Amino acid sequence: MFIYTTPVYRLSLALQGFLDEQFYQLEELQDESSPNFVEEVVTLFFRDSSRLMANIDQALEQCPPDFHRLDKFLHRLKGSASSIGAGKMKNECAGFREFCSEENLEGCLRSFQKVKKEHTILRQKLENYFQLLRQVVPVDKATRSGS
Amino acid sequence: MSSVGDGDGGQRHVLAVDDSSVDRAVIAGILRSSKLRVTAVDSGKRALELLGLEKKDVSMIITDYWMPEMTGYELLKRVKESSELKEIPVVIMSSENVPNRITRCLEEGAEEFLLKPIRPSDVSRVCSRVLK
Repeated sequence: MFIYTTPVYRLSLALQGFLDEQFYQLEELQDESSPNFVEEVVTLFFRDSSRLMANIDQALEQCPPDFHRLDKFLHRLKGSASSIGAGKMKNECAGFREFCSEENLEGCLRSFQKVKKEHTILRQKLENYFQLLRQVVPVDKATRSGS
Repeated sequence: MSSVGDGDGGQRHVLAVDDSSVDRAVIAGILRSSKLRVTAVDSGKRALELLGLEKKDVSMIITDYWMPEMTGYELLKRVKESSELKEIPVVIMSSENVPNRITRCLEEGAEEFLLKPIRPSDVSRVCSRVLK
């Protein structure tokens, strides 16, 4: 079992509103048979979301923009964010989607900047978080005498 | 999390269908933590291919609603229209709370309609009821 130094850090992430309850529920699923489940899912999320954001970029550059296609990408991006518990990103996507449904290009462009920013910040925070977890020494290894 | 493996020693096999790699990983992880054997596929088409091969083995299908080419609703219909597959319980997942969509799925024979994000407690509840 691990000595968790991370509850404070995790708490600060939650307080800043980046992560919601879903993230902690996924952490609860981790056990010996799937010790890195959350990190694996988060890795998938950043792979998927980076691709979606590149697609969104392209859709916004089209003249005129294809709002229908844009909405599909946003639906997927918001969904993935929600599934991993990235609450803040999910909310930014929801705002973006509203502008999209109004076919408000300027609103979309502004929103997309926010989403990109959130995405970058979230990636950094989660990378730091998983790095911290890897540095934590398991109790059984710590108490075993060296050989 | 309580096990829902059946008494004769075999693990129950659940087929999860979702075009999102993230959601597939999440639902598979949740199901596996309930000691279920999971096969996760990315489309209704692949689901039907697998069901054609392993129908006797699949105890439950859990599928996303919105998928390109074949929606979860269309998959549900195909399963319920098939004499070989119709007994397999189907659960639909969706990120959107659309009442007439939910009604349509339940009327077509879905066991339950779960709103995303899927929580372990949702799956636990459904599996306990459906996988007796």
